[in-house]
Amino acid sequence: MSSRIGQVNIVKVWMADLNIAIAPQLIQTSGLGSCVSVVLYDEEAKAAGMAHIMLPSSRLHASGECNRAKYADSAIEDLYSLLIYHGARRNKVKAKIAGGAQMFEAASSALRIGPRNVEAVKETLKKMHIFLAAEDTGGNSGRTVLFDPATSHLSIRTVNAEEKII
Amino acid sequence: MDLIQSYHLDILKEAANIGAGNAATSLSKLTKEEIEMNVPEAVVMPFRDIPNHIGGAEKVMASVFFRLTGEAKGNMFFMLPEQEARAFIFDLTGTYFERITDIQHDPLAVSSLQEVGNILAGSYLTNLSEFLHVRIQHSVPSLAIDMAGAILEHGLLEWSEVGEYALVMSTVLKKKDSSHQSTGGHFFLLPDPETFVRLFQSLGVKDQ
Repeated sequence: MSSRIGQVNIVKVWMADLNIAIAPQLIQTSGLGSCVSVVLYDEEAKAAGMAHIMLPSSRLHASGECNRAKYADSAIEDLYSLLIYHGARRNKVKAKIAGGAQMFEAASSALRIGPRNVEAVKETLKKMHIFLAAEDTGGNSGRTVLFDPATSHLSIRTVNAEEKII
Repeated sequence: MDLIQSYHLDILKEAANIGAGNAATSLSKLTKEEIEMNVPEAVVMPFRDIPNHIGGAEKVMASVFFRLTGEAKGNMFFMLPEQEARAFIFDLTGTYFERITDIQHDPLAVSSLQEVGNILAGSYLTNLSEFLHVRIQHSVPSLAIDMAGAILEHGLLEWSEVGEYALVMSTVLKKKDSSHQSTGGHFFLLPDPETFVRLFQSLGVKDQ
């Protein structure tokens, strides 16, 4: 247990991707704009899953093969199943979320995709009876988020403010 | 994106070359320096690779965004890394900023960056639309100083609705004789997926 930092393994989650981390692993996604990072975790099992979703609903998907990790609804369903498979207990899973910013004001603000992503994430969590323990959403700054399954802390870095832990 | 063939990309590369060439000339007039550009790229990339193309998702950049409308729709970014953005503003306004993030609190610095973006995008698009025979309008410029990943996500929306890849046209402009580490300004143009099809119809290029 001497130099934990040196050994820590950070699981990376890309855009439209999801993955699992078990303590002492950490899990991270970088440069979130309008996308939302959803973390599901079991405090005692020290297991967590993170998704980096881009769009609100898989019903928007036109046809053919669909990357389920891209959409709020399907990503959260898959993440939940995967987390249970990795030892989390069904009624102990909680959520923390971050992201959903509006990066540019003027053009195409009609789309307001950031807030719509946040809303869709919350709706899905509610439908699945997953408690939303904390959130850092909206605004107009990009975020890099890192979750530690050992402490259930989600740390959030932006270019404009101090690091924040929720 | 089976639709996109290498000869499509060659045509777009040439289009980017012609557009960026004109933008380089404008930039050179503005800064009174010789500006050179790299060979433009037109590539189809998975979303996850796009931020890496510009130095990583967390790299802080000053980015001017334009929404393109008209016969060709899409998203366009002019992005400057920290050092270049600060040098640029110093040249234009005489103000020196310690940190790139301080720029956004200074209205003069913000509007000068937006205006430079506007002039360059205008030059780029004038030549691009002549070459492609399509009318393209661009929105007013909008500035963000933030992580490259977060900025580029904004331009991926249209592609994210149809697949896992985006068509990216990119060019780097930089001062001649600047060190090889200096990255200069990046142009990123992401035509909307539907526009891609329309463009090639208008050019008379048919799928075989």
